[in-house]
Amino acid sequence: MKRAAQGLALLALATVPLWAGGSFYVNIMSQVLISAIFAAALDVLVGYAGLISLGHAGLFGVAAYGAAIALGAGIGHFGAIAIALVAALVVTAIFAVLALRTTGIGFIMITLALGQILWGLAYRWIDLTNGDNGLSAASRPAPFGLSLASADSFYFATLILFCIAIAAIAIFTRSPFGASLRGTRDQPRRMTALGYDVWAIRFFACLFSGFWSGVAGILFFYYNQFVSPHALALSASAEVLLMVIAGGSGTLLGPIVGAALVVAMKNVASAYIERWNFTLGAIFVLIVLFMPEGLVPGTARLLRRGSIALRRGAAPAENPR
Amino acid sequence: MTALELQGLAKAFGGLQVTRSIDLRVEPGERRLIIGQNGAGKTTLFNLIMGEIRPDRGTMVLFGTDITTTPPRRRAHLGLARTYQIITLFPKDTLLHNVALSLLALSPLRWNPWLRFERHEPLQQQAREALAAVGLGHLAERPLAQTSYGERRRVEIAMALAQKPRLLLLDEPFAGLSIDERRDVQALLFAIPRDVTMVMIEHDMDVALDLADRISLMHFGEMVVDGTRSEVVAHRRTKEIYLGE
Repeated sequence: MKRAAQGLALLALATVPLWAGGSFYVNIMSQVLISAIFAAALDVLVGYAGLISLGHAGLFGVAAYGAAIALGAGIGHFGAIAIALVAALVVTAIFAVLALRTTGIGFIMITLALGQILWGLAYRWIDLTNGDNGLSAASRPAPFGLSLASADSFYFATLILFCIAIAAIAIFTRSPFGASLRGTRDQPRRMTALGYDVWAIRFFACLFSGFWSGVAGILFFYYNQFVSPHALALSASAEVLLMVIAGGSGTLLGPIVGAALVVAMKNVASAYIERWNFTLGAIFVLIVLFMPEGLVPGTARLLRRGSIALRRGAAPAENPR
Repeated sequence: MTALELQGLAKAFGGLQVTRSIDLRVEPGERRLIIGQNGAGKTTLFNLIMGEIRPDRGTMVLFGTDITTTPPRRRAHLGLARTYQIITLFPKDTLLHNVALSLLALSPLRWNPWLRFERHEPLQQQAREALAAVGLGHLAERPLAQTSYGERRRVEIAMALAQKPRLLLLDEPFAGLSIDERRDVQALLFAIPRDVTMVMIEHDMDVALDLADRISLMHFGEMVVDGTRSEVVAHRRTKEIYLGE
């Protein structure tokens, strides 16, 4: 059943250009997938490590700027991508060393501060980042000679990376290391007593999360062929966190659903509803009220209840002798 | 070689001296019972031995290795395991997962990011055996949240024993258990082989005294009496402090 649903979802995603109704919607699907990679990367920390980061847009933005700056320096696309990923990993390592001195609210505040520092650098280090005007790329890469210039071809490239990212995160979270990571979320003191190096486990989880955030950042840069300080802003960090919380943290599907919801509201609903921000806010309030665990686990809970109620209803009544 | 040797171990929280120059020597295979009133510093002593808090003074030697400054995570790898007074487990997971996590802690496999944890048969099999050894083999797949308090106590012991410790610290293993559950846990502790040294904090004398080779009485952070069961029970200070005579 689960495999069939996954197969159908993959088939639907692989045929988007056939049924989406134009390049506008194909582009929106690319945005959904990029945001989903970013949200799933953040969920490694939020859902599996219990570490809430409010500075993840900084890592996303560092990768985007890394690619843009490298391209601007005359380096080719693949060199620029490699530099961007290394930059994202280095900055993630620095983030982790500083932020993992604490957990809980302290971790949130340190990541927020670090994210704001990166935003400030992007905004004010004009010689490097071109400030508020941002940096652009003249073209997209053409892997194996295949041009990614069109909406369809870029979508397929994004879909391939999305599948790799989700598979990698699924394998990671179900591995012995993933089990250790969840243990550090639930009982860090016990984990230390058992012999686990809680700090190192969290550090490597940060690196893994930072790597996929970087991949999302590079895709974002190539999708827009432009990056500005807005990509690193606090609002971007809050938005991706909302995707994770709305969809359901600690699940694989939750961040994808959350990303689809936010991107659809921003790009589709905003065409019809003037106050789409208000509508999005109202949806989040409803989710928190009725499905505080997020849309995916909440829906699963309702389906379980419905199935139990149906089975009870179908069972024959006892003979009242 | 002594299993555990503490010398002059002292810890203060601000102005409150919780342990004052504690000396303790536990021989390999020994069953040592530590008794004392609430607030005597017994659990703090365990926390010091585990490295969860750092002593202000003194030294700790475990089977010939000075562990005074050893990071807490390394002590489990040196053969030290403990159970907690307040049960500290993973309630969202199954009993099997809890014990497998304990086994994983001492395996290099814990860094593996691609194997499927639930499908690593050797580890899962060892976890099943550890659960069976405490009489919980039939509940292996049950979520911990759906088990009784007594069963959780046994899971704690299974997790500690699964690591094949050389020194096991048991912090009130009978606390909160029914009479039947106490009997079960007592039988379980009796069955632990002598190559595991045990130090136990316990208030329930009826069950704990039968287990102990030697008893130490703590009072306001000091070891005031140390000896065999009959020596300690007959001691004047024990009667004053613990038996209220």
